[in-house]
Amino acid sequence: MEWLLFVPLAALALGTAAFVILLRNPIYCALALVGTFFALSGLYLLLQAEFVAVVQVIIYAGAIMVLFLFVIMLLDVGHEPPPWLRRDRPRLLLGLGLVALLVLELAVAIGSWIAPGIRGPYTSDYVNAVGNTQLIGRLLFTEFLIPFEITSIILLIAIVGAMVLARRQ
Amino acid sequence: MVPLSHYLILSAVLFAIGMFGALTRRNAIGILMALELMFNAVNLNFVAFSRYLPSTMLQGQIFAIFVITIAAAEAAVGLAIVLGLYRNFKTINVDEINLMKW
Amino acid sequence: MTQAFNMADLSTALPEVVLSLVAMVILMLDFIVPKGRRDWLGYLSVLGVLLTLMVLCRQWGATQSAFSGQYLIDPFALFFKILFLASGGLIILMSIGYLRGEGADSGEFYALILFATLGMMLMASAVDLLILYIGLETMSICIYVLAGFLKRERRSNEAALKYLLMGGFSSAIILYGIVMLYGLTGATGLKEIASTLTADTLSNPALILAMVMLAAGFGFKIAAVPFHMYIPDVYEGAPTPITALLAAASEIAGLVILLRVFLVAIPGLQDRWALLFYVLSLLTMTVGNVVAIAQSNIKRMLAYSSIAHIGYLLIGVVAGRELGISATLLYTVVYALMTLGAFAMVILLCVGEVKGERIDDFAGLAQRSPMAAAAMLILLLSLAGVPPTAGFVGKLYLFGAAIERGYILLALIAVVNSAISLFYYMKVAVAMYMRDLPPAGLALSPSRPLRVVLFVTVVGTLAIGIYPGPFLDLAKSSIAGLW
Repeated sequence: MEWLLFVPLAALALGTAAFVILLRNPIYCALALVGTFFALSGLYLLLQAEFVAVVQVIIYAGAIMVLFLFVIMLLDVGHEPPPWLRRDRPRLLLGLGLVALLVLELAVAIGSWIAPGIRGPYTSDYVNAVGNTQLIGRLLFTEFLIPFEITSIILLIAIVGAMVLARRQ
Repeated sequence: MVPLSHYLILSAVLFAIGMFGALTRRNAIGILMALELMFNAVNLNFVAFSRYLPSTMLQGQIFAIFVITIAAAEAAVGLAIVLGLYRNFKTINVDEINLMKW
Repeated sequence: MTQAFNMADLSTALPEVVLSLVAMVILMLDFIVPKGRRDWLGYLSVLGVLLTLMVLCRQWGATQSAFSGQYLIDPFALFFKILFLASGGLIILMSIGYLRGEGADSGEFYALILFATLGMMLMASAVDLLILYIGLETMSICIYVLAGFLKRERRSNEAALKYLLMGGFSSAIILYGIVMLYGLTGATGLKEIASTLTADTLSNPALILAMVMLAAGFGFKIAAVPFHMYIPDVYEGAPTPITALLAAASEIAGLVILLRVFLVAIPGLQDRWALLFYVLSLLTMTVGNVVAIAQSNIKRMLAYSSIAHIGYLLIGVVAGRELGISATLLYTVVYALMTLGAFAMVILLCVGEVKGERIDDFAGLAQRSPMAAAAMLILLLSLAGVPPTAGFVGKLYLFGAAIERGYILLALIAVVNSAISLFYYMKVAVAMYMRDLPPAGLALSPSRPLRVVLFVTVVGTLAIGIYPGPFLDLAKSSIAGLW
């Protein structure tokens, strides 16, 4: 059952991700990216992280991508030829080289994965019993209080910063 | 159950795709989207670990939530920068935005 | 396990709370104070910084962990918090006159500098990867905005974009390193990570990869070669006070989290990461110094010079343990002082049409203003590492630590690099003293806050140079109990 969901979702995530970096029209790229976000959200559900899955859709697909689409439409962004039709071969080769290196290293790393892990109190049975969202809410206001508070300041900075930069003088 | 390594491989490939895009795209918004892909790949790893590690503090999921929030803040500021850039340069192609030596 | 919020935790973070409150007050006052009179917001921000410093000093000598062990006040954090606050205050003082000159005075500028300083303070206290990352982003997002603050200036736009793209890229790489550490250990606290890594995990390729990714990500943040590509452009295009913030504060903040992560979380891999930083240090100082020679724009030259200094700072990380790390700490103070002073000089020369960014603009400075020329000379001598300035003392301890630990070749190359750097620093000195004043040269009228900055940096540079004892002791006592 899990495989039945994992394989198509993974394929969807990879396919749309490839579209994001290969398509010429930025609007299509943005829409493909929305597809990636939904696929990942599905995977998060499979991984029993319901809250992250919902946040992924609401914030990423709902807020960030709307912003992207808005700016793309506002700016009349020109089409961009796909990488293999462009003349900047050195950059392309650099990109491919770095990525190949990365994939190779990751393959070695994942092949030898051992995860001893510190034992925390939250086994997946416990999480299921209490409810994922409830547990995260409780953690955010106790264990992870300080990052939570700093994040509110980051959002304030982003609001002020975006306003400062975008308003006309 | 799908083994952990499958999620790790998926995330690694997503990260590599994002990295390739960030290095080769010439359009500022395209690069920003590629960066979002990289952040998402990391998030997939976080959530997968938080599920598969024997039993945890749920740091993985919490971390993913913070990464999403910060990515939103960064995207807002980034798009504002792109907007201002377009006003002055009339383009967002990073090859043409090159007053100083790139 | 799950513990509720308590007041004791809050009191450990009191300085940060005060600083963010001050920043928010400045943001609100920005609506009330009319344009043209917003200098006052700058002075108020400096007062806020002083207040924060006073609150901070009550933590002197204390070691206490708070917020379920994610946040730690210790002498190491305190040392850097004082440094960041002092730098932040000096940068605000520099900005007051600069913003007036650019016709862009606004409270948001000061508030964002304060928030950036807040991010750096969080980074100094972070002993959990989550806080560390969030502090880093707090600082970075502020700097993206600040770099692009002069909206009509095309170079400022460009600097903001380049810093944003590079910053985002490096954040993603750091995050990948973080997630691998988390996956290997199941922990995000630095101490827990160290205690979970057993002998057979240490040779795990995944851990090595995590280490390399963290080093690369932090390399971007501290502008080490080969991750320095955009840095000179960003430095050249950003408003000059922000260039100073980037060079003197944000790079040091990057170094702080680098030290914490590598010394506390993965000390078992020291052999490997010392080698990694050995190569980075060598490349960074050599490329920085050699390329600096060719520059004709003073901001660009100082950018490459700051890259070179990061290379020197990394020598201490390579040498490691008490001697190396305390030398690095001492040199961060020295480096911050002289870099801030040099950029204050660049701002000083922003008079009228002369933008003070070409080295030629320094021509005949000795005739225009002997005092300013003398101040610049002292700063240049310190940057080059000539006695009796702070730069000399700092390098002496750094290179001494390297030799002590057997890195003779690295120390030798660093000395050769210092000799090379003398060449381009003296180019500016020669312009100031040997060349004639261009006919258009105006009299210099430094604003009062700028004078304060120059006074503090020059006196500080000389003080550490002549009497380094207490500063070295402070650096040594600050790393006690770090690992």
